[in-house]
Amino acid sequence: MKETVTFILNDEEVRVEVEHHWTLLQVLRDELGLGGTKEGCGVGECGACTVIIEGEAVNACIFPVLEADGKNITTIEGLVDREGKLAPLQEAFVNHGAVQCGFCTPGMIISAKALIDKNPHPTEEDIKTAISGNLCRCTGYVQIIEAIRSVCERNKQ
Amino acid sequence: MKDFNVVGKRFPKKDAIDKVTGKAQYISNMKLPGMLYAKILYSRYPHARIVNIDTSKAEKHYGVKAVLTGDRIPPLKFGFYKDNTPLKTGKVRSYRDEVAAVAAIDPEIAREALDLIRVDYEELPALFDPEQAMQEGAVLIHEEQKTNVLRLPWALNIGDLDEARQKSDHVVKNRFKLTWVTHCCMGTSGAIADFDFQDNLTMYSITQIPSLAQRDFNDALASMGLKGQARVIQTTIGGAFGSKLDTYAYEYIVMLLAHKTRKPVKILFTREEEFFATSPRQAAIVDIEQGCTRKGRLTFRNVSMILDNGAYTSWGATTPTVMMMPISSLYRVPNVRYKATCVYTNNTYSQAMRGYGNPQATFAIESQIDILAKEAGIDPMEFRLLNSNMPGDMTGQGFHLGTCGLKDCIERVGEELNWKSRKKIEGRGIGMASLIHVGGGARVYKSDGCGTIIKLDDFGKAYVYTGATDMGQGSETVIAQVVAEELGINVEDVTVINNDTNVCPWDVGAHASRTTFIAGNSALGAAKKIKGQILELAGKALEANPDDLVAKRGSVCVQGSPEKQVAIVKLLRGVHYKTGGTMLMAEYFYDPSNELLNKEFKGNTSMAYAFGTHGVEVEVDKETGKVEILRYVSAHDVGKAINPMLLEGQIYGGAMMGIGYALSEQLVLREGKVKNPTFRDYIMLTASDLIPMKSFIVETEDKHGPFGAKGIGEPGCVPSAPAIANAIYDAVGVRVTELPITPEKILAALKEKESER
Repeated sequence: MKETVTFILNDEEVRVEVEHHWTLLQVLRDELGLGGTKEGCGVGECGACTVIIEGEAVNACIFPVLEADGKNITTIEGLVDREGKLAPLQEAFVNHGAVQCGFCTPGMIISAKALIDKNPHPTEEDIKTAISGNLCRCTGYVQIIEAIRSVCERNKQ
Repeated sequence: MKDFNVVGKRFPKKDAIDKVTGKAQYISNMKLPGMLYAKILYSRYPHARIVNIDTSKAEKHYGVKAVLTGDRIPPLKFGFYKDNTPLKTGKVRSYRDEVAAVAAIDPEIAREALDLIRVDYEELPALFDPEQAMQEGAVLIHEEQKTNVLRLPWALNIGDLDEARQKSDHVVKNRFKLTWVTHCCMGTSGAIADFDFQDNLTMYSITQIPSLAQRDFNDALASMGLKGQARVIQTTIGGAFGSKLDTYAYEYIVMLLAHKTRKPVKILFTREEEFFATSPRQAAIVDIEQGCTRKGRLTFRNVSMILDNGAYTSWGATTPTVMMMPISSLYRVPNVRYKATCVYTNNTYSQAMRGYGNPQATFAIESQIDILAKEAGIDPMEFRLLNSNMPGDMTGQGFHLGTCGLKDCIERVGEELNWKSRKKIEGRGIGMASLIHVGGGARVYKSDGCGTIIKLDDFGKAYVYTGATDMGQGSETVIAQVVAEELGINVEDVTVINNDTNVCPWDVGAHASRTTFIAGNSALGAAKKIKGQILELAGKALEANPDDLVAKRGSVCVQGSPEKQVAIVKLLRGVHYKTGGTMLMAEYFYDPSNELLNKEFKGNTSMAYAFGTHGVEVEVDKETGKVEILRYVSAHDVGKAINPMLLEGQIYGGAMMGIGYALSEQLVLREGKVKNPTFRDYIMLTASDLIPMKSFIVETEDKHGPFGAKGIGEPGCVPSAPAIANAIYDAVGVRVTELPITPEKILAALKEKESER
């Protein structure tokens, strides 16, 4: 039995037929063709699937899609503006060497965005806490934190 | 120091924009029309006879297109020792043994079908301890081999060990134990196999050895009686760290299923599969003995190792070759004996992981250097400086060290930790450890080469086709910098094509920290050839001797008179758009003059050697056993940093992996079964554990390296564990000889120390 779910995805209304047991991640990747959000573990332990729902960073892999109905959702694909310009966090990740294999990157950027949207001037501890649910095997997190901090510093100016 | 345009600059990784926007295509993103999905049924026992497999129900399940078992596939062996098969027949030897496989129209149906397959087993006694498996009369894991000990006799003898031991003033002997840890690539393993009707195979793959994988797949096609050729196309790779230095059963399984169904077949591991069905770093038991003179000069090193091979043999079984390197050549040590025994068990089979044996060996050596220094009453840093390798040294194993910045690295770390003038604070301690690694390729295969083709288009853009794999480390950017530097063009004007065996030249693979050095030299060779063509054209255009010309910022000018110049684009179009025109292309294959180790395991295996030292300050809570890292410092001799930003990323990432190896990571196997196949139970460090890290780059500019560069991919993770173990000893006086150094082990050691009083 399929059901229609409607939500705002990256500023556009989306209507999609879903099975009850599907997760938001499945729908984003398999039904809507948004492959930027990754599945790293499928059980909410690695953060590769992080999206923003109503301002909060959420693991899409364990988020039932039925609960997405009526919500405002942002994925990595929604960060680039209409002219194709990268968001400040995306640019900072590129320029600080915060990307290696890149698999964790979308989730990492989304977690950082959720933090900065709520708190434009986070402390280093805030940043570490915000991305502590996002595992990265390549970078040792150093350049990721530098990248996020550089965006926050720009916010101060 | 030379004045470079782009070498030495912090260029962003070329594919970073694709990755931050979600555009990059990983294997998990790939979908072909009509594609089927595969799932694998694994063994229920660690060692058992397969009595019967009934797949009839699974075959009738809606949406199932093929079910395969071992007796329905051609005899097809793979692995370093050719002791593995895609689907097992007769018996299973570990829990991860593949027993059956299904292809279906979606992954859920394929998984349901697995539940419908009935396998009857007859359990056999199993072996999980390599020391027991070595015993005479032990149950055989591969009967046809008549022993559980692999016939890979690793043995190295340098000098006269027994005499050296006798003459030593201090001798120490210890046993260290290393357990399994795993790569934890964030992208799980997967592949898509697709055949055309001439039996040519296209394999969408995440391998880090495209050319060798192609060869393996071609061999498999031949075993299947097919005349087709394999083409390997690499998708974006979600991490590798050595895990993809082999071909695996799942790849052959999708190949077999794709051929049977004549449809593209994809497999994508779940995280649980990634933990239990991929190959971790070997577990090892290391007995080590070292001696020194009264003044602290190392006299000998004697190491004997037992390695748990698991049930099958991958390339990872050759890690003793790399372990020999630090054993023979970390510090000046005149007499060396090394013996390694690889033993089959019913555990998971192991594979290469960043460092290729070096982290295991260095943990034992460098932990014991501190023990020996204490025995001799010498400060551990002084001890290391006293025995440091020096530029131009030739080691007992036959390595020509050439450049060697080890002494600088030790001193730099010592200064940063305030080693000499520090004040002892209760519960706090400092420690250091060093490393040697190959930094100029490693001849472990018949060729250590890499090919490059460059073409220049009419717009002055360079297209570089390289055999080198990028798995996140940034080789495509480094190669672009090398080419851009030589041709005097912008990095943005260089496109690197590196993922298709039908297009790219051969390369032995992304291993041994060799890519910057080997692929860099290969790209440089091709760039020099094409630059020769450019300068010749420019010479004619400017009526000047090509030897007097320099290429810079897209133009060629006469040295000393910059007004006499011509744009490279103009030259390119000039030779192209005319009768009998030409376009500029060049190819170069670089195979270094390093040596395969001889029968005695001696020879100059690499063109250059990388060195480094890590230092750490810890605070140990005596009540809880918890270790806090207060400071972490590293110094690496990298020859020349072609891209310091990407290079630092290798060091930070490597160190973090090394710190995890030291303190938290462990793949727990109980009677052959992985007990913690989740990120909740396999403890990787997170951003909230982030340690204040500082890294120093020591540039020794090796004459063999591209612009002086040596390798850095693996070194960052090698000395972390012993540095931390040494710091813990300095802090609370207990020596933990088994990784990971958990709070429980520290508490137990503290208790034991207390009871000895």
